[in-house]
Parts: sequence; structure tokens; C-alpha cells
Amino acid sequence: MNHNLLLLIVSGALINNVVLSQFLGICSFLGVSKQMKASASLGGAVIFVITIASAVASLLYTYVLEPLGLDFMKTIVFILVIAALVQIVEMFLKKAAPAVYKSLGIFLPLITTNCAVLGVALTNVQNGYNFIESVLSGFGTALGFTLAIVLLAGIRSRINEDDLPAPLRGAPIVLIAAALMSIAFMGFSGLSF
Amino acid sequence: MNKYLERLYNGLIKENPTLVLMLGMCPTLAVSTRAANGIGMGLSTLAVLVLSNLVISLLRKVIPDQVRLPAYIVIVASLVTVTELLIEAYLPSVYEALGIYIPLIVVNCIILGRAEAYANKNTPLLSVFDGIGMGLGFTVALTLAGAVREILGSGTCFGVQILPQTVEPIGIFIQPPGAFLVIALFIIIMNAVGIKTRQRKLVESGCDGCCASCASQCEASKEVAK
Repeated sequence: MNHNLLLLIVSGALINNVVLSQFLGICSFLGVSKQMKASASLGGAVIFVITIASAVASLLYTYVLEPLGLDFMKTIVFILVIAALVQIVEMFLKKAAPAVYKSLGIFLPLITTNCAVLGVALTNVQNGYNFIESVLSGFGTALGFTLAIVLLAGIRSRINEDDLPAPLRGAPIVLIAAALMSIAFMGFSGLSF
Repeated sequence: MNKYLERLYNGLIKENPTLVLMLGMCPTLAVSTRAANGIGMGLSTLAVLVLSNLVISLLRKVIPDQVRLPAYIVIVASLVTVTELLIEAYLPSVYEALGIYIPLIVVNCIILGRAEAYANKNTPLLSVFDGIGMGLGFTVALTLAGAVREILGSGTCFGVQILPQTVEPIGIFIQPPGAFLVIALFIIIMNAVGIKTRQRKLVESGCDGCCASCASQCEASKEVAK
């Protein structure tokens, strides 16, 4: 059992990396990865929100939507819950942990429409995960997002100093770097034991 | 030019959502493994976009300005759910191929972007044409990316053998890295022939303006940088 739960985190973070193999959250992956510091803060906020959102979505689905036969409403319910949840988490952190709020705060409201959050909640339901499995897979996925965006930020800070042919500058070279990262992450598929 | 036709031209060519505005990259990268997937995803998005533009444009004087984004999200999420159920019922093979990316149309930047940038300021009929133009532009770009990946990666196009059997297809192109490479290639070609895209601005500043969440994310990142 423990072995399976560990596998769930490893699979979420490395084998099925949310950005590099499932293409969720590409928008912020390409947009925010310019600075290392911002990437790390965004990553922290994403870990926080995705873990809590998967927990709440899993409880809501098992105890409210499924018994009432409303599972077709899950997309609408999840997106509203995620939006509300982010607001509550933000207010709570502001009061209870000002230091954490200061480092994550400005990123929190923006994560609502990051498709990785909704994607994880929906995937958990689709795979029929229970509460603990949902939380762990959410945590693993968010960890994978953070890993990918911080690595890309590191690569981009090096690329910036290079002398590139004009058509390659800007988005293309970032996409090519992402492609090479994605090839590297494909190597992790050997880990699925 | 007729202003309705102008909307179609604008969506297909001038402000093509994927190739020029660089919106909705997640589904573009994810489902373009086959040309047929591109058409399926493109037309699903087109249906949602046309209906959401119509509804939001009709309600533009009713929805209070302060709560417009939550209202748009509820409208779009309902339309996506309807579309998802219809696809599941009538086109099970498309549903199977696109999977999780159908419900994720809700958070596609193109839809909220057009609601915010066009439908809430214009008449219903014009908004519908804007939706059709943008949807077609998205469909064409997705199908093009899908066709290139399918030809290179499995030697077929729409399931028809294109490359001779003796040529070994380059498998990496239907794997995730291929998606990044093909989109990068498209942008390189457009840069090289001098078509202006907004991508330089997008990547330089991290902003694409149209998509509320990304724009604010980049502002936040700038704040951190200070």
C-alpha cells in the first residue's frame, strides 16, 4: 500500500509530468519562467492550491455530487470551488501567516484559471482515486509543475546571454528548450515499476 | 469589406488565436498528435466559443461589471458541460481521443479572452461571427499542427499512408516533445518570413494581454522582480 502511495507522487511529479507530458499550465510555464525567483514563488503557490483543491474536490465529489447523481455537474462545481477556495486561502494566509502570504500572496488569485488545477481535480475523479490518493497525486503533480518551471527558468537565464539567429529569439528557443526537457523527462517512464 | 466577413478574416488570418495571438497553447500542444484530433478539438471549441459569445453578448447589459468574470465562467462551464455530454453521446471515438481536454475548454484563454475583448462590447450577430472566425482559426492551426506531427511521426495524414512504408517515421513527433518542436517550428517560419506575431512581446514580458489570468500572472512576476 505504502509502495503504491509513493508511486503516486513519483508518477505525478516525474513520469506524467503535468507540463512536459500532459501540457497543462503551459500559459504560466512560458509566461512566468523568465525569472527564477518568480518561478519558485509561483511553484510554491501552485503546490499549496493544487493540494488543497484536490482534497476539497475529492470530498465534494464523493459525498455530495455522486450520492445526488450530479456528477455531470463536476466541471462547473469544480471551477467555482477552486475560485472560491483560492479566495479563502488567500484571506486565511493574510491573517494567519503574513510571511507566507507575502511570498505567495500575489500569485494566489491568479492560479484560479491555471488549467493544471482543474485538470488534476478532473483526472482524480476520472481515475476513481480515494481521498488520500487524490491529495497525494495532487501534491505530486504540483511538485512536478514546480520542478519544470524552476528548471526552465534556470535554462532561460543562460539562453538570454546567447547569440541566437533572429527568427529563433523569443518564444521558439523557449519551446525548443521545453522540448529537450520533455525528452529528458521521457526517460523517467522507465521508473514505472 | 463587409463587417461580418471582416470578422471571419480577422479570426482566421489577421489575429489567428493560436499562431498570431498565442492563446490556448495547452490544447494545441496536447491534442495535435493526429490531424483528426485537431479537427475534433477545434470544432468543439468553435461550438462553445460561438455559443458563449452569443449568450454573453445578449446579456452584456444585464451582467454587472464587477461580477462579470465569475458570470462568464459559469456561462462557459455550462456550455462546455453540454458540449461534453453531446460529444460523449454521439461521437464516442472523439470523446475517447480528446479525454480530459474537453472539460478543460472552460479554462481555454481564447474563450474568456473573446468574451472580455469582444462579446461584451458588440452586438450578438457580430459576436457570433467573431466566434466563428476565431474558432475556425483555432481549428485550422490545430489541424495543421496535427497533420505535420502525424506525417512526421507516424507517416500518415488523416489515417491515410503518406510516407512510403520503407521510410521509418520519426516517433518523437507524436510524443510530447514533438508538440513543442512543431509549434516552435511554426513560429520560426513565421518569424523568418516576417509575419508579425505577438509572441516576442508575450515571452519578453510574460504577458499576452488577452488572457486575464496570464496577464495578471506576469504583472505579479514583475512585482516580485522589483
